[in-house]
Amino acid sequence: MTLTLDHPQALQLRRLLEAGLPLVSRPYAWLAEQLGASEDAVLEQVRQWNEGGLFRRVGVVLKHRALGYRANAMLVLDVPDAAVDAIGRQLGAAPGVNLCYQRPRRLPQWRYNLFCMVHGREREQVERQIERLLAEQGLSELPHQLLFSTRAFKQCGGRFAPPAERAHG
Amino acid sequence: MHLDALSRRLIDRFQHGMPLCAEPYRAMAEELGCAETEVLACLQQLEAGGGLSRIGPVFEHSRAGASTLVALAVPPVRLEAVAERINRFPEVNHNYLREHRYNLWFVLTGPDRAHLDRVLAEIEADTGLVPLDLPMQSAYRIDLGFPLGDLP
Repeated sequence: MTLTLDHPQALQLRRLLEAGLPLVSRPYAWLAEQLGASEDAVLEQVRQWNEGGLFRRVGVVLKHRALGYRANAMLVLDVPDAAVDAIGRQLGAAPGVNLCYQRPRRLPQWRYNLFCMVHGREREQVERQIERLLAEQGLSELPHQLLFSTRAFKQCGGRFAPPAERAHG
Repeated sequence: MHLDALSRRLIDRFQHGMPLCAEPYRAMAEELGCAETEVLACLQQLEAGGGLSRIGPVFEHSRAGASTLVALAVPPVRLEAVAERINRFPEVNHNYLREHRYNLWFVLTGPDRAHLDRVLAEIEADTGLVPLDLPMQSAYRIDLGFPLGDLP
């Protein structure tokens, strides 16, 4: 038992956290057992990471498709570079927009540089919602496309920590 | 899947944040005014119904490592095989079919950008398809969960 985690233990804890907490009464004690550390040391490390901004949130993470949000649209826009920050902030603050990111163009294959996600129950409803949104914001004239998802092949959290063999080797 | 009243309250209350303590499910139960076993049963039910991704941290991509959004233009006859190959990479999450010439969209995450470059090269070598590599440059809004108000 250790009071603080060493580097390999901290890395292993990150890998375990990426997969989520187990559904047992004392999930951090379970994690600590995997690491050969104490429950207190694991909790302290998780709190430090949380305060340091490593996490966006710690909570219940849902799969929206199974919960009825089946119409999932990626709205992509071709925004003049000089206006992308202003328009990005404007769209990011709009109701119903879940994500709003600037990404690079890849010409000639890909011209769009602003990406928004809008989720809803019905496709027609999401289409109308986005048309209305663009009209209200005065952005209907910008070249844009709606890419609806029709199937989820995989939906899980990101794996950032290096794999174990690399971490130890 | 159908959500009962307690599941809805639990999700509404704890999507954005949950107690960081030794017995988080007991602390959640206290806030909801129910028993810890009911919270655990709710979460197990949500998991069995396919509605739960996981419980715990959502990592801040820029702090946790590197990530990028990738698109492939996959000929329809090869879709199943290519999607299955892409899914096998542990670096891949959120792999979706979308209606576009670029029809397969997924997020790659890894410890650093060099790691992602290696995966992208491997994808291109394996599939013969040139990936569109679209890393985030600015975030104007990040995903913080879903409102349950209008759920079926």
